[in-house]
Amino acid sequence: MPRHALRLAALGYLAAILVGPLAIVFWRTFENGFGPAWSALTTPETAHALKLTLIVTAIAVPVNTVFGVVCAIAIVRRRFPGKGFLNAFIDLPLALSPVVVGLSLYLLYGREGWFGGWLAKHGIEVLFALPAIAIATVFVSLPFVAREVVPTLREIGDEQEQAARTLGASGWQTFRRITLPSIRWAVVYGVILTTARCLGEYGAVAAVSGRIQGRTETATLRVQERYESFDLAGAYAIAIVLALAALAVLAALTLSKSRARAA
Amino acid sequence: MSEPEATAALKVTLLASLAVSVLNAVLGTVTAWVLVRDDFKGKSLVNAIIDLPFALPTIVAGLTLLALYGPTSPIGVNVAFTQTAIVLALLFVTLPFVVRSVQPVLQELDPELEQAAHSLGASRATTFRRVVLPSILPGILSGVALTFAKAVGEFGSLVIITGNIPFQTEVSSVYIFGRIESGDSAAAASVAVVLLAISFAALLAIGAIRHYAGGRGHA
Amino acid sequence: MSILVRNVSKRFGDFVALDDVSLEVESGSLTALLGPSGSGKSTLLRIVAGLEAPDTGEIVLAGKDATALAPQKRNVGFVFQHYAAFKHMTVRENIAFGLRVRKRPKSEIDERVDELLGLVQLHGFADRYPGQLSGGQRQRMALARALAPEPQVLLLDEPFGALDARVRAELRDWLRRLHDVVHVTTVFVTHDQEEAMEISDQIAVLNHGRIEQAGTPRDLYDRPASEFVMTFLGDANVVGGALVRPHDIELLAAPEEDAVEAMVVRVTFLGRDAKLELHDADGGEIVVLLTRDRAEELQPWRGQTVWARPKRDRVLARAG
Repeated sequence: MPRHALRLAALGYLAAILVGPLAIVFWRTFENGFGPAWSALTTPETAHALKLTLIVTAIAVPVNTVFGVVCAIAIVRRRFPGKGFLNAFIDLPLALSPVVVGLSLYLLYGREGWFGGWLAKHGIEVLFALPAIAIATVFVSLPFVAREVVPTLREIGDEQEQAARTLGASGWQTFRRITLPSIRWAVVYGVILTTARCLGEYGAVAAVSGRIQGRTETATLRVQERYESFDLAGAYAIAIVLALAALAVLAALTLSKSRARAA
Repeated sequence: MSEPEATAALKVTLLASLAVSVLNAVLGTVTAWVLVRDDFKGKSLVNAIIDLPFALPTIVAGLTLLALYGPTSPIGVNVAFTQTAIVLALLFVTLPFVVRSVQPVLQELDPELEQAAHSLGASRATTFRRVVLPSILPGILSGVALTFAKAVGEFGSLVIITGNIPFQTEVSSVYIFGRIESGDSAAAASVAVVLLAISFAALLAIGAIRHYAGGRGHA
Repeated sequence: MSILVRNVSKRFGDFVALDDVSLEVESGSLTALLGPSGSGKSTLLRIVAGLEAPDTGEIVLAGKDATALAPQKRNVGFVFQHYAAFKHMTVRENIAFGLRVRKRPKSEIDERVDELLGLVQLHGFADRYPGQLSGGQRQRMALARALAPEPQVLLLDEPFGALDARVRAELRDWLRRLHDVVHVTTVFVTHDQEEAMEISDQIAVLNHGRIEQAGTPRDLYDRPASEFVMTFLGDANVVGGALVRPHDIELLAAPEEDAVEAMVVRVTFLGRDAKLELHDADGGEIVVLLTRDRAEELQPWRGQTVWARPKRDRVLARAG
């Protein structure tokens, strides 16, 4: 008896909170066929928003991948002053509210901010332009690659790398031929998580982008804008695109999860 | 920070986060239990779905909840612009935390412990209370700490479905956002500091739990 | 290539791993570093390999000071206790690794790998992954890998420690035979005195970061320099204030000078030997190993009083 009751409770909970709402949105969007959804997606501002999201993701993911791998190796394999600080710093974006992140950037780069004066003097636009959006996105998606690679590196141990050194491999050769292949699934898993975060970031970007239609609106910001303009269909259409991307991410995660943990 | 609107927002935030933490502690553990101990067709699919809140943008999450539980709800439930909406949205975004924290601990639990308890005459409830629960408690606690930290700072999923009504459904993150937009960075910063302090406290708690439990507990 | 270790010391925090250690390893020999855990033997090996740096002292390889050289430049082959196999590469790729990083031509690499596969008897396994091999096979692969770039020194860190007893014994003999063929200066670390005694030309016994004695197995066994070396390399008893091996004790039926009175507590026939357990006047235990002939002469029985005397020249006077 308890078994079935528990199962029902769990599945019911998931249906009510996760699956149900998502299913409704799919239904509503395509209630009247593909047409309205498609035209909603192809307005110039919406198309730009989708493009902007992709551009920012294309910037943040490689940056954080390199950063994540380098940091992970430094944390696990090397000793240096401030290592604990670096470790904690990497976890920081996970605990911070996105709005707080946005606020910090605002305080740093705004007109009265620390760097604001200098930037304005040199005509560099950070806030309310692509740079701010990129920085915000990079920061909030910082931890994922590092957090996946660190435990994997620890588990593998450095004996293989020592063996490579005794066999004559230089530092770079050891990294390329031994270290990198051994962490590749952890990196893949981390990249997938990073990408999902970049595509879905809202709060931090909302605070620093100025939400200028056709210029600094990302896809997530556009959803909000369409809703506020009472264009529910338009909001749903973009939401579907993002949801489909999320489901693709989920599928990719599930596929690589077993590889990352077992490798 | 002494502004009444700010304090009201903080109260709303803390109450909702607390409620969600408790709810998640129970529901998340139940879900983890079902995923580890039960077996049924489609279980791996269900297991994968748990990560949906990690993948789905928060604003989309809010929109989907609005579609099912808002004015256009096909099942007639409309809790938009109420505090219930806050709880709903927070439940969505924090769903994976407790589940994913408890799962691995439950997985590692030696079934022989429970068998021993049964052979000594303990009922299932007693065995759960005295044998299983203490072992999975660190997992639950670290999941709850993560839940709380995330809930306190959550923004995107709340923007649409709660209506952000000051003194009623406005949470601290929305308040901060409002202050930024109107250029009052000082007010924004002071509330942000409070949120930061809470985040740090949660981070420390997680670290302490992990350390105490000897490295067990997920995430 | 000869190895000279000169006055090497190494600490890890408060722990003294090596304390002014000096050792000479002849070119082409097979030397064992023997000692209990924590004695510093692995640390010494790793310092010779360049995987650790000594705090003081020098390592001289083939007459040249190598103390500051990186492991890549020392031309040493290293075999780890847990194989350190490159899991994502096949056996062939593992063995070829040292040659590939030296950018040797492919044909040369293939030839050498095949040669080594034959040497370590892993011919059919070339395209398998380490995960598909048994422990013994993995270690043979690790050896082949270390030998591929033709190192001048081969270092093995408890190479058979992770294997079960039967495989250990097999691989131990196999290593000796390999050494007789390949003639590379070899140093290996072990805590198993039987292993060290059976295959090495020279044994260095380490204890608490110091070398207690270095010499041939026979030297160490027959003329131990200290109580530690004597008891580590074999059984020893206290008879009349000195340490004696069980088979170096004479049993007499009547009291004589230098003989200690003792009572026979147990007699066991072990086929070609007989083992007698005696208790002396203070209750201390003495184990005596007699040849079968001698035992038949004596006809010992439980409760019998005998006198035990160490054979001359076979004794280590006990310090305190």
